[in-house]
Amino acid sequence: MVQLLASAEALTVLIAGESDLLRVRSALRTEAQNVGMGLTAATKLITAGSELARNIVRYAANGCGRVSIEQIHDAERRGVRATFSDDGPGIADVDEAMRDGFSTADSLGLGLPGTRRLVDEFSIDSQIGRGTTVVIGKWSR
Amino acid sequence: MLRMGTDLLITLQGDLDDTTVEHVEHEVTREVARVHATGVLIDISGLAVVDSFVARVLARLVAMIRLLGARTTVVGIQPAVAITLVELGVPMRHVRTALNAEQGLAHLRGVPDGPAAR
Repeated sequence: MVQLLASAEALTVLIAGESDLLRVRSALRTEAQNVGMGLTAATKLITAGSELARNIVRYAANGCGRVSIEQIHDAERRGVRATFSDDGPGIADVDEAMRDGFSTADSLGLGLPGTRRLVDEFSIDSQIGRGTTVVIGKWSR
Repeated sequence: MLRMGTDLLITLQGDLDDTTVEHVEHEVTREVARVHATGVLIDISGLAVVDSFVARVLARLVAMIRLLGARTTVVGIQPAVAITLVELGVPMRHVRTALNAEQGLAHLRGVPDGPAAR
C-alpha cells in the first residue's frame, strides 16, 4: 500500500440538502482541474461524488453530512481524494451493499458498486447508529 | 423548448439540480400532450455530468413520451459522460440515441438508420 500524502488544506463542503450536490460537483471539478486530471477521469470522479452526496441527502439522519476534498500525490502521480461522512443510521451489511443488484430503497440496485467502478480507490466504513464514511480517490494520468 | 412542426426540441445544459431535472420532465411531458407532438429531440451535449438520478429521469421521460404516442431521440451525449454511464451501470437500453441533432431528427422522421447509427 502506497503511503498517500495529502496536501495541507482540505476543503470541506457541508451536505444538507439536494442543492448542495451542485456545490459538491463544483468543488470536485475544481480540484480535478488543479491536479491536471483528464476530462474522462474528472467526469467519473464528479459523477461518483454526486452519487455519494445524494446517498447522504437520501439516507443520512436529517439528510446531513459533509465531504472533505483534498489533493493527494505519490512519487509520480497526483490525484483527488474525497471523504464523505454522515452520522446517519449506518449500513447493516456493507458486503451486501457492495454487491451489484443490492437495493436499499428506491434505487435500482446501482449505488455503491457502480460508484466504486468509477474511481481508483474506494473504501467504506459503516457502523450501525453511528454513521457511514466513504473515501474515494482518483488519479490523474 | 422549441417547436418545429410536430417535433419538440429540448436542450439541456449546465449543471442541473434534481428539482430542475424533474421540472423539465414535467414540462416536456405536458407540452408533448398539449401540442400533440410526434417526435421529441433531447439535446444533452451541454451536460458535462449525468449521474444516475439524471439518467433515470431521462429514461423515465422517454418512457412517458412513448406512452403519449411520440418518439424520442437523445442526442449529443459527451464521450466522457457515455463512458461514465456505462461503468456506473445505468440501464438506458430503451433510450434511442444519436450522435447529433441531424441524425436525431432523421430518427424521429423514421428514416432508416445508417450502418453507424444503431
